[in-house]
Amino acid sequence: MRPPIRRRPWAADRADRAGGSGEGHPSPGRPTEGDLRSESGGLRARVTTRRGGFTLDVEIEVAPGEVVAVLGPNGSGKSTLLGTLAGLYIPKDARITLGGRTLTDTATGLAVPAHRRRVGLLSQQALLFPHLTARDNVAFGPRCAGRGRRESLEAAGERLAEVGIGELADRRPSALSGGQAQRVAIARALAVEPDLLLLDEPFAALDVDAAPAVRSVLRRLVRDTGQTTLLVTHDVVDAVVLADRLVVLAEGRVVEAGPTAEVLARPRSAFAARIAGLDLVTGTASGDGLTTPEGTTVHGIASEKIAGGEPAVAVFPPSAVAVHRHRPDGSPRNVLPVRLAALEPQGEVVRLRAAASPDGPPWADGLAADVTPAAVAELGVEPGDDLWFAVKATEVAVHPRRR
Amino acid sequence: MSSARRLVLAAAAATLAFGVAACGGSSGGEQQAPPTRTLTVSAAASLTDVYDQLKPQFEQANPGTTVVFNFGGSDTLAQQVVQGAPADVLATASTRTMQTAQQAGRIQGEPVTYATNKLQIAVQPGNPKGIVDLTSLVGPQVTESVCAPAVPCGAATEAAERAAGVTLDPVSEEQDVRSVLQRVVTRNVDAGLVYVTDVRASDGQVQGIDFPQATAQGAAQNYLVGAVAGSRNADLANSWIQFVTGPQGDAVLQQAGFALK
Amino acid sequence: MTRARPAGGGAVSLALPWPVWVPAALGFGLIAVPVAGLVVRTDWPNFLALISTPAALDALWLSLVTGLISTAFCLLLGTPLALVLARSHLPGLPVLRSVVLLPLVLPPVVGGLTLLFLLGRTGPVGQLLDAWFGITVPFSTEAVIIAQTFVAMPFLVVSLEGALRTAGERYEVVAATLGASPLTALRRVTIPVVLPGLVSGAVLSFARALGEFGATIAFAGNLQGTTQTLPLLIYIQSQNDLDGAVAMSLVLVVVAVLIIVTTRTRDVTGVR
Repeated sequence: MRPPIRRRPWAADRADRAGGSGEGHPSPGRPTEGDLRSESGGLRARVTTRRGGFTLDVEIEVAPGEVVAVLGPNGSGKSTLLGTLAGLYIPKDARITLGGRTLTDTATGLAVPAHRRRVGLLSQQALLFPHLTARDNVAFGPRCAGRGRRESLEAAGERLAEVGIGELADRRPSALSGGQAQRVAIARALAVEPDLLLLDEPFAALDVDAAPAVRSVLRRLVRDTGQTTLLVTHDVVDAVVLADRLVVLAEGRVVEAGPTAEVLARPRSAFAARIAGLDLVTGTASGDGLTTPEGTTVHGIASEKIAGGEPAVAVFPPSAVAVHRHRPDGSPRNVLPVRLAALEPQGEVVRLRAAASPDGPPWADGLAADVTPAAVAELGVEPGDDLWFAVKATEVAVHPRRR
Repeated sequence: MSSARRLVLAAAAATLAFGVAACGGSSGGEQQAPPTRTLTVSAAASLTDVYDQLKPQFEQANPGTTVVFNFGGSDTLAQQVVQGAPADVLATASTRTMQTAQQAGRIQGEPVTYATNKLQIAVQPGNPKGIVDLTSLVGPQVTESVCAPAVPCGAATEAAERAAGVTLDPVSEEQDVRSVLQRVVTRNVDAGLVYVTDVRASDGQVQGIDFPQATAQGAAQNYLVGAVAGSRNADLANSWIQFVTGPQGDAVLQQAGFALK
Repeated sequence: MTRARPAGGGAVSLALPWPVWVPAALGFGLIAVPVAGLVVRTDWPNFLALISTPAALDALWLSLVTGLISTAFCLLLGTPLALVLARSHLPGLPVLRSVVLLPLVLPPVVGGLTLLFLLGRTGPVGQLLDAWFGITVPFSTEAVIIAQTFVAMPFLVVSLEGALRTAGERYEVVAATLGASPLTALRRVTIPVVLPGLVSGAVLSFARALGEFGATIAFAGNLQGTTQTLPLLIYIQSQNDLDGAVAMSLVLVVVAVLIIVTTRTRDVTGVR
């Protein structure tokens, strides 16, 4: 029994204010740069900073209502980027605009304090205020914005119902499980209707069992409210499920950017390939798993309930792919012919990178299979060979994806 | 949580209320008419008994006067007077501390040395160990307790030792003379070096043995009293000094064991 | 909060290793045995008479009032001080901290004397107070409060700074991203989160103020009804009336224990 999502009552006046303050903060003495030409809508951030012998130098844009995932290993500058956007850290050289408002401009010395940015933050830890009930936690932001106590508490109750824990509204955080607490944190972050929501590995601290459901709740709310969102993660699945576009960060620089599925399916940098590390097939959900655009079926198990025909993505690790010279018999449900494009040694294993075979589905292009060097020697394969990839259905997870 | 918050609020409210009341009280006190004057006497703690006895007599003789005592260590009292604490009379238990106040120009006229106190060897009633002087205390067969050298009675003890040419082997060095007395009373030690007044105050629980070096240079304790310069009650201060150094004061001092000057 | 308990029994706590127990018992004994000795030494037949003399009642009342007010001042001044120490990035913060902690290592009498040097009528500040407002600080109840606040505040600051550092800035960051101004975050998040530390700091400060002796007698004097708190009365009584001193000491112990026990209980049950 999920109540209907309420449209944002502030949407109209936000647009007004955005226009007004955009004019209120011109940047004198600074020529408008090509990539920052428009002062309205979404997030535009250019950040250059040094922090402890490491340089961050990135440009990121998030269109209104868009979800962008920033993917990168530890130390790639993700937290510095988030801290800079949230106003917790003042960089050496940066210009950040959000919805036409300038938040940070080191050229003019402008730095809007964190509490006036309208930038929400959801991190690994729920960090619920321990002295407040779930309801009071959610009502905290609206109360700070000057809304009435009763109104805020009522709205908080509805928000909690939206994230599926309306009946736990009066519990203290100490009486909530990790997943429940993170749901409250989601409701709390969205209750202030931020112009930009920052997600910092929001599922990393959750149990493997709890993560998919919480991810599903967040996906639904972000999609339904058209929330402009920047997600930072090292988990490809988070990006696949939530993000429209993907930005890959390495050593403080953007090494790759583009629509999520494209970047992951055809990583152009070795780094992105390593980050991706997973085989992905896009299509729509079906009873058996996933149906690709040209009509083939990828058998798999849905990670959560997905209606048939909904956009979805099938994900499996390259280590789950068996490689054969000839079409194998037996149990694997997914068997497809591929043409070997490349052999990539990756430490202990060799990654076989596939191209589409004339006899097989086009989506085989870019799939990877990890095998041992001994197996490669036994198979005697080289690029251009025709091979068969086989994957058990139980190894394939089908996730919903952004349209 | 909310109850703790209330506690804090209550405390803050009390602060304000009390602050106002205290301010009102002190400013009113300074403008009070003569019938209710207050004489503040800073006196050495060893005078507590004597001065407490003299207070009602003095108040009776000077209607409308209240005597308030500030008992403490002589060093502290002298410092307070030097720093302008509003005392009217300073009564110390050493010449040195009175000189401190005098040199700072905080004493009106000459202070009066009106009593002395000297050390005695306190022993258990009947003197079971047959102690006669300081040399009886030397050696392991008699255990004794004395004041630490840093405190006045300890300095006096050292002076007496020098005069007698002996070095005692005390089992404990106490921080004040009352603790020494307590050790003898509780029979933890056979003997202790304390003042005559302490022996007198013990109501027969110990017996005092005189010894010649008790009056040696630095061993005896002098009691001085002087009027504090700039006192608003200079006349009353002088009355107190006369009272303490007069016949009524003498009687009480003698009864407590002090020797008169 | 809702922890599963083994069927039919109480909660099982981890066993403490044996080397903990012996020193723990010794430490407890070091504190408890002398206090028990106080109880034994008390002249019980005359106890009520001893503790209900005018001087005793004056001292008890004065101790409670000044202790509470000093604690309020510790909260009022020490809380912001702890916040500055724990959260600001002022240069020379370690120096600032060691200065704040000085009253912990300074003999209280020395603390009282320094206050006397500063605020006595001939001191640099006392001179001005006297000349401009006719205010004399020493020998006043205000002086008692100043002396107690001086010695007790470090306890609040240390306890609260520890709590603030343990809590970290995480909650304040969240509050800011939810639109809370720094003042709102302080009021509605920081203070409630560190409330247990604040309460125990206040209790410690109160206990310290209640037992304060050296700074008070040096700075405020020892005047019955105005500056003679319980410890000062006990000191004077120990000069001539040990029974009275022991009885008053027992009163002091009981008051301290009552306050610590009641606030401690509330602290544990009220928050978390």
